[in-house]
Amino acid sequence: MASATPSATASAFEYAPAPESRSVVDIAPSYGLFIDGEFTEAADGKVFKTVSPSTEEVLSEIARAGEADVDRAVKAARRAFEKWSALPGSERAKYLFRIARIIQERSRELAVLETLDNGKPIKETRDADLPLVAAHFFYYAGWADKLDHAGFGANPRPLGVAGQVIPWNFPLLMLAWKIAPALATGNTVVLKPAETTPLSALFFADICRQAGLPKGVVNILPGYGDAGAALVEHPDVNKVAFTGSTAVGKAIARQVAGTAKKVTLELGGKGANIVFDDAPIDQAVEGIVTGIFFNQGQVCCAGSRLLVQESIHDELLDSLKRRLSTLRLGDPLDKNTDIGAINSAEQLARISSLVEQGEAEGAERWSPSCELPSSGYWFAPTLFTNVTQAHTVARDEIFGPVLSVLTFRTPDEAVAKANNSQYGLSAGIWTEKGSRILAVASKLRAGVIWSNTFNKFDPTSPFGGYKESGYGREGGRHGLEAYLDV
Amino acid sequence: MSDKPKNTEKAKQAEQAAPRRLSVFKTYKLYVGGKFPRSESGRVYEVTDSKGTWLANAPRASRKDARDAVVAARKAFGGWSGATAYNRGQVLYRVAEMLEGRRDQFVREVSEAEGLSKSRAAAQVDAAIDRWVWYAGWTDKIAQVVGGGNPVAGPYFNLSSPEPTGVVTVLAPQESSFLGLVSVLAPVIATGNTAVVIASERSPLPALSLGEVLATSDVPGGVVNILTGGTAEIAAPLAAHQDVNAIDLAGADEALAKELEIAAADNLKRVVRPQPVDYFATPGTDRLTAFLETKTVWHPTGALGASGSSY
Repeated sequence: MASATPSATASAFEYAPAPESRSVVDIAPSYGLFIDGEFTEAADGKVFKTVSPSTEEVLSEIARAGEADVDRAVKAARRAFEKWSALPGSERAKYLFRIARIIQERSRELAVLETLDNGKPIKETRDADLPLVAAHFFYYAGWADKLDHAGFGANPRPLGVAGQVIPWNFPLLMLAWKIAPALATGNTVVLKPAETTPLSALFFADICRQAGLPKGVVNILPGYGDAGAALVEHPDVNKVAFTGSTAVGKAIARQVAGTAKKVTLELGGKGANIVFDDAPIDQAVEGIVTGIFFNQGQVCCAGSRLLVQESIHDELLDSLKRRLSTLRLGDPLDKNTDIGAINSAEQLARISSLVEQGEAEGAERWSPSCELPSSGYWFAPTLFTNVTQAHTVARDEIFGPVLSVLTFRTPDEAVAKANNSQYGLSAGIWTEKGSRILAVASKLRAGVIWSNTFNKFDPTSPFGGYKESGYGREGGRHGLEAYLDV
Repeated sequence: MSDKPKNTEKAKQAEQAAPRRLSVFKTYKLYVGGKFPRSESGRVYEVTDSKGTWLANAPRASRKDARDAVVAARKAFGGWSGATAYNRGQVLYRVAEMLEGRRDQFVREVSEAEGLSKSRAAAQVDAAIDRWVWYAGWTDKIAQVVGGGNPVAGPYFNLSSPEPTGVVTVLAPQESSFLGLVSVLAPVIATGNTAVVIASERSPLPALSLGEVLATSDVPGGVVNILTGGTAEIAAPLAAHQDVNAIDLAGADEALAKELEIAAADNLKRVVRPQPVDYFATPGTDRLTAFLETKTVWHPTGALGASGSSY
């Protein structure tokens, strides 16, 4: 049993606040849509507000794209396509290298901005998001003049205009995953960021301006689901790329049926994090924490189902609870903060409702003692034990800091339970036995398997799911295929 | 000498009087789970040659037959996908061997089915046999071509490898009853998937005979399942089936393809849309990669080099 109560552990070691300055970022009171190299109002004049999830402070007022704006942006992208795709790859590469460098230069500003708009801790935007954003542009920049060597035959052609819809959990990183390979391969893009996190995409528009990117090559349309649907349906869009919920992914798959549009979908997950009895417990506990509490659990590849070998269940749970009691939840701009705010009131309501359902179905809920700020959207890190495979919390993606713990006895049982899901995006394996890692990894039906680590990303490494976690891969050489006529 | 013509006359008369040998008709049956069942529905439909002459009654498979085929394909998936690529290559090559031995039969069937001259039918059959050989050689190379190590910026071993997506429904091309069929089927199983094939609706007989070849070619039962009947009728439940992972719409017309693609969205099946294909041309890797997933495995390597150690 844990020797210290959660509150005692938490108070044993107080930290002074270490807030990052928000003066490095200058947020304008209002922003337009970015079409054909210009900021412009929405055709119908509609706007929406974006708020900081940790304080509910209104950060800015944003033009809200509608159908007419989508049409305008697609036309601009179509006009730009001819010249952009005809540029020598080495020239396109240089634009992308410029963008990568400007992102590196402005990374502090962008990290603070992302934290303000999204609610995630500054240490994650600063140390994970922004370095990866720059790395993606840097990686795909180098492909632009080497496409003949990518394994898709000589002189592979771009598709045309790419319509891209991205989520709010990694706003700038998802933008980089989508835009970098699209531009490297000679496509032009119309991108719709999520309605709760439009700011970093609009700052990216300014980076395109600084980089001297030709007008119309990148168009940014902040808006809601209706704008995303209009973009997907637009007859002059050649490629659809979507990251988000499985339900919307299925709707998109239906929308594009019977068309020539190429589609990639990065959808939900319910990742199994499997801990065998010979795993190094302390490292596994760190991996479990990273797996489900990184980005408040708002990660499609989160390790949200912990599968623990029965013989070490109690020991592991004690360690895990002790560790969770040391997590710091609060001001996302504080450099000591581990857990920031949930992105929106809507998402908070969804998490709360699923957690209540978990309790109602008989799973045992536990959270460390944890004081939640009085304003903003917060959810304490939460564990469910006594979970069965039939429980909602073991089946549905919660997309929040909620971990369901199940047990198993044999490797075969672990594999069977891990694969018992409509999803197949990620999985984790913790064991010191190499042959067991390889055997289990080969049997798991998931696109990304982390062994003795979790939630690692790299632009050279393909990412994407099996089953209802979507199709296509992003990242690496594989990520080019989605934007080439092959 | 004089009665020689008489004798010939007698022989002629005798020949005419004796009954001509009646050929043995073949009862064509489905191929499901390594067995040859009739359709559970008990239905058949008339198959004619290009001039309208009756050839045989082919089974008209039902949605129940389609479901049985999926069960058989799922059951076979573990063993087939778990077999070594080397082994799968030999099995595919064995199919070519067996077909070579029954070449004349297939030339006749393709000739009747598609109204082709013997020589043109023979060209189709030869190309189909060679296609099995081509895909046999791919089984143990595709992973090297589309997988590999990723140079991530950190102390991790990071390897991407292709894996079969699962059970694949294949709507075989309507016009090319044998070469087209082989061209869409072989890549599916070469990579370790299992298949439920809906044969050309008008010309199903070469497909059913292929089933007999597969059954004697070391292809495990259930790896390939062949159904005949109404393409639209059989395809609808397969496109909506929750335990089918992918669908190749080669044999669907535009309207049917759209309808099936919409149904396939329910569990996010991988879809290959119909497109014009020259089945005589050497195929690329498209149909191999269309039914592959990429699995990427990460593992820490430690950081001995980074920490300054030189060993």
